[in-house]
Amino acid sequence: MARKTTNQKAWFLVIPVVLLVAFNAIIPLMTVVNYSFQETFGDNVFFWEGVKWYEQVLRSSRFHDSLLRQIIFTSIILVIEIPLGVAIALAMPKKGIWVSVCLVLMALPLLIPWNVVGAMWNIYALPELGLLGRIINGMGFDYNFTQGPLAAWFTTIMMDVWHWTSLVVLLAYAALSSIPDAYYQAAKIDGATPWAVFRYIQLPKMKRVLTIAILLRFMDSFMIYTEPFVLTGGGPGNTTTFLSIDLVKIALGQFDLGPAAAMSLIYFLIVLLTSWIFYTLMMNNEEK
Amino acid sequence: MALEFRDVVKRVGAEIYIYPTDLKLEPGGFNILLGTTLSGKTSLIQLMAGLERPTSGEIWFEGRNITTVSVQKRNVSMVHQQFINYPNFSVFENIASPLKVAGLPKVEIRARVGKVAELLKLSPLLDRRPLELSGGQQQRTALARALVKDSDLVLLDEPLANLDYKLREELRDELPRLIKDRGATVVYATSEPEEALLLGGHTACLHEGRITQFGETAEVYRLPQDLISAQVFSDPPINTATVVKHEGVFLLNGTTSWPVGADHEKLADGEYVMAIRPHQVVPANAKTGERMARIEGIVLVSEISGSESVVRFEVEGTTWISQSHGIHPTPVGARAAFEIDTKKCFYFNMDDHRLASAGSMRGGDV
Amino acid sequence: MARISLRNIRHSYVEEPSGEEDWALKSMSVDWADGTACALLGPSGCGKTTLLNIISGLLMPTEGEVLFDDRDVTSIPPDARNIAQVFQFPVVYDTMSVYDNLAFPLRNRGVDKKTIDRRVREIANMLDLEAMLFTRAAGLTADGKQKISLGRGLVRADVNAILFDEPLTVIDPHLKWMLRSKLKELHQQFGATMIYVTHDQTEALTFAEQVIVMHEGAVVQIGTPIELFERPHHTFVGHFIGSPGMNLLPCELDGEHAEFAGHSIRTEHPVRLKTTPDTLQIGVRPEFVKFAESGIEVDVTKVTDIGRHAIVETRSGDNIIRLLLPEGQSAPAGRAHLQFDPKHTQVYADGWIVE
Repeated sequence: MARKTTNQKAWFLVIPVVLLVAFNAIIPLMTVVNYSFQETFGDNVFFWEGVKWYEQVLRSSRFHDSLLRQIIFTSIILVIEIPLGVAIALAMPKKGIWVSVCLVLMALPLLIPWNVVGAMWNIYALPELGLLGRIINGMGFDYNFTQGPLAAWFTTIMMDVWHWTSLVVLLAYAALSSIPDAYYQAAKIDGATPWAVFRYIQLPKMKRVLTIAILLRFMDSFMIYTEPFVLTGGGPGNTTTFLSIDLVKIALGQFDLGPAAAMSLIYFLIVLLTSWIFYTLMMNNEEK
Repeated sequence: MALEFRDVVKRVGAEIYIYPTDLKLEPGGFNILLGTTLSGKTSLIQLMAGLERPTSGEIWFEGRNITTVSVQKRNVSMVHQQFINYPNFSVFENIASPLKVAGLPKVEIRARVGKVAELLKLSPLLDRRPLELSGGQQQRTALARALVKDSDLVLLDEPLANLDYKLREELRDELPRLIKDRGATVVYATSEPEEALLLGGHTACLHEGRITQFGETAEVYRLPQDLISAQVFSDPPINTATVVKHEGVFLLNGTTSWPVGADHEKLADGEYVMAIRPHQVVPANAKTGERMARIEGIVLVSEISGSESVVRFEVEGTTWISQSHGIHPTPVGARAAFEIDTKKCFYFNMDDHRLASAGSMRGGDV
Repeated sequence: MARISLRNIRHSYVEEPSGEEDWALKSMSVDWADGTACALLGPSGCGKTTLLNIISGLLMPTEGEVLFDDRDVTSIPPDARNIAQVFQFPVVYDTMSVYDNLAFPLRNRGVDKKTIDRRVREIANMLDLEAMLFTRAAGLTADGKQKISLGRGLVRADVNAILFDEPLTVIDPHLKWMLRSKLKELHQQFGATMIYVTHDQTEALTFAEQVIVMHEGAVVQIGTPIELFERPHHTFVGHFIGSPGMNLLPCELDGEHAEFAGHSIRTEHPVRLKTTPDTLQIGVRPEFVKFAESGIEVDVTKVTDIGRHAIVETRSGDNIIRLLLPEGQSAPAGRAHLQFDPKHTQVYADGWIVE
């Protein structure tokens, strides 16, 4: 009677998903892989090029520059948005009607389409017309984001912080509100300072959620395209040309499909690898 | 409608939750799963419900192999330790929900909900929402929902654990009446020996994923087949000590001895693990009955609970517990004498901790 | 350590309490001598946790004063009151080791390293936590965590009182026993004032020297476990303490004797009433009811064997009378007669004992 009965029918249920994933992800990805090893001049004629495009991309200073810009941008974004998000979440009311008011306010920026965000900030920051532009110029700074690289970076970062900090706030707030009162009461009785309460109760309880927030913000900002494209178009010069903007320029502007495909795959691997390393580190730390 | 486990094993990763288990549960009366947390009660219940599949082995119900039958098709109802109700439904809608799913006509739903609500004293509360109820009322609602449909299998996973003491007493009293006259097989998981005794029926002692003994509740209590079952089925914990049988007497700590009774005459001489329940160890100087053995120890803790006194005392490095009727305040740190009712002692083999059986050899099955 | 007194304490969670039902805690005054082990016992919603939070300072009472050794601490926050509290669900600082958890309250108060180390090791030793001092607290079982919560209180030498809010809720029965004994032991060693909130009569009676029984926000009786058991002042106490609770039977009065089912019942005292009550009841615990040759005629309806004794349910008309039968004795089938022990039979008028 030890015969094991296994039912193989269940596999059929997976088929629709497999097909869907094939159409959505695998086929386009394989097309890109295909392009990245070949040269084409149209008419569906391809020539094998081996790793030529990869070498070209990895050696080009243009790629190095946009990768560096990308890394700096993402780092600044994370350094600002995560602590700021946590701080706002801590400052938010714990109960009463103000909770829902704050939550709605926080959710608003997340609901605006990305290109609209770009357009909004474009107008908002215009040196003569925009409110922000006029205020900054009024304070005596020479501010014009279409001309000065520093101003362009400042505006792009401000825009991203405005757009995405609330995501961190909402996640952190959810984690904070799941901490039972008894923890705060025990800490009070133990004579803990507010800093100790944050360090030993709130931060540990937020850790999982913050891991996810950092991961999401990393991936999103590393792949940022629409907002800076609408705001600055990658300029002035190339100063705000991040990886994906550069990629689009190569692929669609110059129609260099081979290098663009190679760059896409390198880009993809960077995001995947970084996310994986980051996640593993955080999870290992958790187990210790 | 019997539920049968045939060589069921449950493994999750490398961990074994349930060791090979054969078990047959009959309808009528409670089938109690008694054990501490992590002893496997909840795993067994989930296997019974069909929420989990066994790693190997088969589950049969009414002569039908239901191992792979999904939970929706098993006609099971279940009550958890936490009060689980639909928060946005009224009590009436909560109780009626399984009947609505079954597509019963409105008139019948009304009648059946009314009847079960009456039994569980929920009639005046039918329009309220669960969150407006006390814990006891919430759990009654969950119970009503489980009992309103004619399930073949009713699974109760420590349903009273989160309730106040007195409410627990009240519901324990009502439960046997509620399941009477139902064809269903009722399984009740608990960690409290006294609850098992109060509910009666059959009891399976569980320890670390194994059923150590299964039988009529009172019988399992009165005649544990091994040391673990005796320990699982004793609160306060059962006293244990090593004794030596030699020439017609049992010798404890080299000082206390008592004659071997007729039941144990044929045991081989040697060492045994003796176990005696706390209420059969009473302060000396109470009226001494026959075959009482005297031990002395230093009192560690003395507690009085209602009409009972509980004393923990130490004899040669072992902690003993005495539970006796009446109030006997015993000063802590003092030396005190107690008497063991040796007629009630269990003797277990040193090696496998099975009940040392009278008659044949050790571990023999007579 | 300190003596704790509550003076005319009253509390409401409503902004402007109007009716009696708005008061979660009705007016009360209690004194605890230094070193008392006291239990607050009652069903959920009786106000016992409110009272505990008032003592610890987590809650400001609407009215009244809290005194520690004659010092008014009513408006002083919890950390300045020098109390420790153990909650229903174990609170440990997950990221810290057991050692750091125990040291935390001392570090917060700027105690020097040497003293901290000595105290932590002392307490760990007492609570049998030594072996796991340097493991992370998050990995411990519920009872281990609860010991840490307790340890964080004991580690402070100057603690005025240790408060417990249903601390054994999440502990397995066989471990409850151990932890309860540990508490007793610690109380005997430290002599700290301990206040213990619970709905479990066994916990209350075994732990405390003095039990305060609460019902609907009011104190019903204060007494030793023995007093509460033998002479409940109110039928609620009789019902709530004891398992099963006290038998309560409606009775008539014939001169100074209670009469039930046509039998004159001998009670502890002759019954002398000042006014005519709405209800008059005889109260007798199942422990003090016996089968006899003559007496109240009953039908035996149910016998439940719970090991050390059996609970027998009998009926006389509409009234249920329960009694306990020692192990080894069997209940008569069908018709039987009952006798009550006069020394432990009381009469209650409108719920309150007739003295």
